[in-house]
Amino acid sequence: MTNNPLLDATGVAKNYGAVAALRNASLSVLPGEVHALMGANGAGKSTLVKILTGAIRADAGRILIRGEQLDVRSPAAARRAGLLPVYQEPSLIPDLDVLSNLRLTGTPVEPFRAWVRELGIPDLDIRETARHIPLAILRVLDLARALAVEPDVLLLDEMTAALPANLAEKVLEVVRRQGDAGRSVIFISHRFVEISALCDRATVLRDGSTVGVVDIQPGIEEKIVEMMLGTRIEKTRVAARAAGDVAAADGSRPRLSVRNLQLGTKLNDVSFDLANGEVVGVFALEGQGQDELFAALAGSIRPTGGTIDVDGAPVKFSHPSDAIQAGIAYVPGDRTEALAMQRSVRENIALPFSAALRKWGPIRMRREQVVVSSAIARLQIDTRAQGEVQRLSGGNQQKVTIARWIAANARTILCFDATRGIDVGTKQEIYKLLRELAGQAKSVLFYTSEMEEVQRVCDRVIVIFGGRVVDTFPVEQADEPALMRAAYGLPRGARADVGILAEVKPGSSAEAAS
Amino acid sequence: MTDIATMPQPVSFGRRLKRFMADRPLIPLIILLVILVVILQILRPGIVNERWLANTAKFAIPLAILAGCQTMTMLTGGIDLSVGTVATMSAFIMATQIVNQDPAVAFLLAMLPAVLIGLVNGIGVGVFRVHPLIMTLGTSLIGTGFLQVYQRTVIASGAKIPDFLNWLGTGVTYGFPNALFLFVPVAVLIVFTLNRTGFGRLLYAVGDNEHAARLSGVRYWQVITALYIVSSLLAGITGLLYIGLIKAPSLSLAEPLVLPSVAAAVIGGTSIFGGRGGYMGTIVGALILTVLTTLLTILQMPEGGRRILFGFIVLFVTAAYLRIVEDR
Repeated sequence: MTNNPLLDATGVAKNYGAVAALRNASLSVLPGEVHALMGANGAGKSTLVKILTGAIRADAGRILIRGEQLDVRSPAAARRAGLLPVYQEPSLIPDLDVLSNLRLTGTPVEPFRAWVRELGIPDLDIRETARHIPLAILRVLDLARALAVEPDVLLLDEMTAALPANLAEKVLEVVRRQGDAGRSVIFISHRFVEISALCDRATVLRDGSTVGVVDIQPGIEEKIVEMMLGTRIEKTRVAARAAGDVAAADGSRPRLSVRNLQLGTKLNDVSFDLANGEVVGVFALEGQGQDELFAALAGSIRPTGGTIDVDGAPVKFSHPSDAIQAGIAYVPGDRTEALAMQRSVRENIALPFSAALRKWGPIRMRREQVVVSSAIARLQIDTRAQGEVQRLSGGNQQKVTIARWIAANARTILCFDATRGIDVGTKQEIYKLLRELAGQAKSVLFYTSEMEEVQRVCDRVIVIFGGRVVDTFPVEQADEPALMRAAYGLPRGARADVGILAEVKPGSSAEAAS
Repeated sequence: MTDIATMPQPVSFGRRLKRFMADRPLIPLIILLVILVVILQILRPGIVNERWLANTAKFAIPLAILAGCQTMTMLTGGIDLSVGTVATMSAFIMATQIVNQDPAVAFLLAMLPAVLIGLVNGIGVGVFRVHPLIMTLGTSLIGTGFLQVYQRTVIASGAKIPDFLNWLGTGVTYGFPNALFLFVPVAVLIVFTLNRTGFGRLLYAVGDNEHAARLSGVRYWQVITALYIVSSLLAGITGLLYIGLIKAPSLSLAEPLVLPSVAAAVIGGTSIFGGRGGYMGTIVGALILTVLTTLLTILQMPEGGRRILFGFIVLFVTAAYLRIVEDR
């Protein structure tokens, strides 16, 4: 396979204001190749995909398709050039039937049907309204719709996520054959198992730049993890925290004890403990079930199985107020979820005080003022614009969401990516606050998408992959390579000469090498 | 993100005025009210006197209380279109039951449909998530139907307006209309509830961001059910006051007040999308509408022309007001 590349993008850059989403990305895909695109959260995968498919425009860079320079201005232009994406979210219009959806995109019906059968759905009624079709099937239909127009380059974003095993297998098989037929596939996935089974080469992105292109062969996953981490590969070790000892001393029963938690297909058999005085980190790639875990603990959704114990007593939450009653507070990563933007800082902080029916009466304003002020002082919230929370900066807004639970004296705080998109100074303050809380025998469950935060804040970290807890590290072992490996579902331990690739499918690497 | 609070000091006068207005949204409303009164005085010199003031207050008060219902429901992003029917039902039942019943019993009977309709509204909106517009419109129609059925049963006994309601509706004490004895406590109670009670806080919070309220432990259905019951009770009391003022029980007594009550709340600066507003503005809004009606009446235009002009003015005033107080 020494032909000219089918798709060749070089020097692609994209800025959003001052933030560089892509600096210098390149991607070269040969005809007949299944090419993996990899990178940690925020490395720029989705930005690159959106640029290639015309959803957004690059600030700089060159995209050649079959050697011709192309200005992909719109999804339609990308389609004409033979580039077709299948995104994670189903793209059929819910209120139309399948047939109308096909007409909308000018997809030929017979090839579509053939592909649908091929993909393991023998009995599809194309008159069915898309809304009534289960999610997994919709994703397969999206794929079939893309395949039906015979694109030169098919772009699959986490295609097998949320698919049951039998469908996923069919999908992978079809994608593999797509490569054999001389067409190319760009395959985005967090799963090394799939990548090894399917892909010929991989392009690795880090911080908006392409840092390497590798052939997929046994043992390569170590190298890919290294590339995704970059210079951060040095193992930074921190000492075990003193707070961990407090937790151990307190001993007897954990503050929060989760056993075999089950939530549809999103969470599987999740078990862990959270002790008083402990900050437990949760690290995971996007969409591995962490959202559902936090929602279940916060009482927003009901788990389908398993148990949650608080201070040794089993609980069943049917509303967030149940969790709050048990002293468990949830701080979402998206501030707009938690704040009444048109109301004052004071009202936002004091909101939980009025929630219960018996607290609907007159507010004791002076006492409230004292409690709110002390929370504001503790988090050093800038109150110059306190009349409306929406006038505050992002960092200060986030502080308000936390201050609310400091004021309410919650014993356990579930922090979901609470430092997302706020300035470095505020982040430091939040880290410090969380450690202080732990020092006061409170407990924190801290999900983060930034690995370095784990060592700054946590005593322990659990790693979730595909809805399961795949590993638990004490903080002194939770360096970035270890976390990254675990987050991608790779086994712990020193780098083995034989990686999981060899275990899974020896044949594929031979093909890739040829 | 530009932090408004940290803006450099030298700002233009217009900008400063705008900030001033935005922080005190009542002031432009009061200015508008004064302008309307001045226009009235210019068109009809001498019309603005003590009697006119008392009269305006008398007619503005029922509107203002119903607009209070709208203010509270609109703060949660809702609306209560059943207030007209509820007021009419209370008034009609009171006027017919007083003939044979003890006044206290008649009062309780009169308030019963108010509580029921409020409860049904609240459960429909809060539990079954029916859109408030549809829910309250539906219960309003049902209520009107029941009232027609009820009318048949009491047709023989006739109706009378209790003396007390007469006194409350039209009486004047030391130049002040007696209706103020009802209105002032009600207004104080509404303002206090909205600003100084947990329930009031929750109305704003639920309307601003229901999800955030939920995450803070607020149970939406409780707030909404309580809200619509309170709204209906206020509407029922308004009906009693209004029958004392109008003195002619009919099946569509308070119906003409429904849409003006929405308009008064909107003019008063309460956002129909929820989370923003207050009752003081609504009171001024009700006064503005009442004065405007007087103004249009003395212009001696035909009824159709008056309505057209009324509609345009309401639209214009609301748009202008939002432009003045919106801070972006």
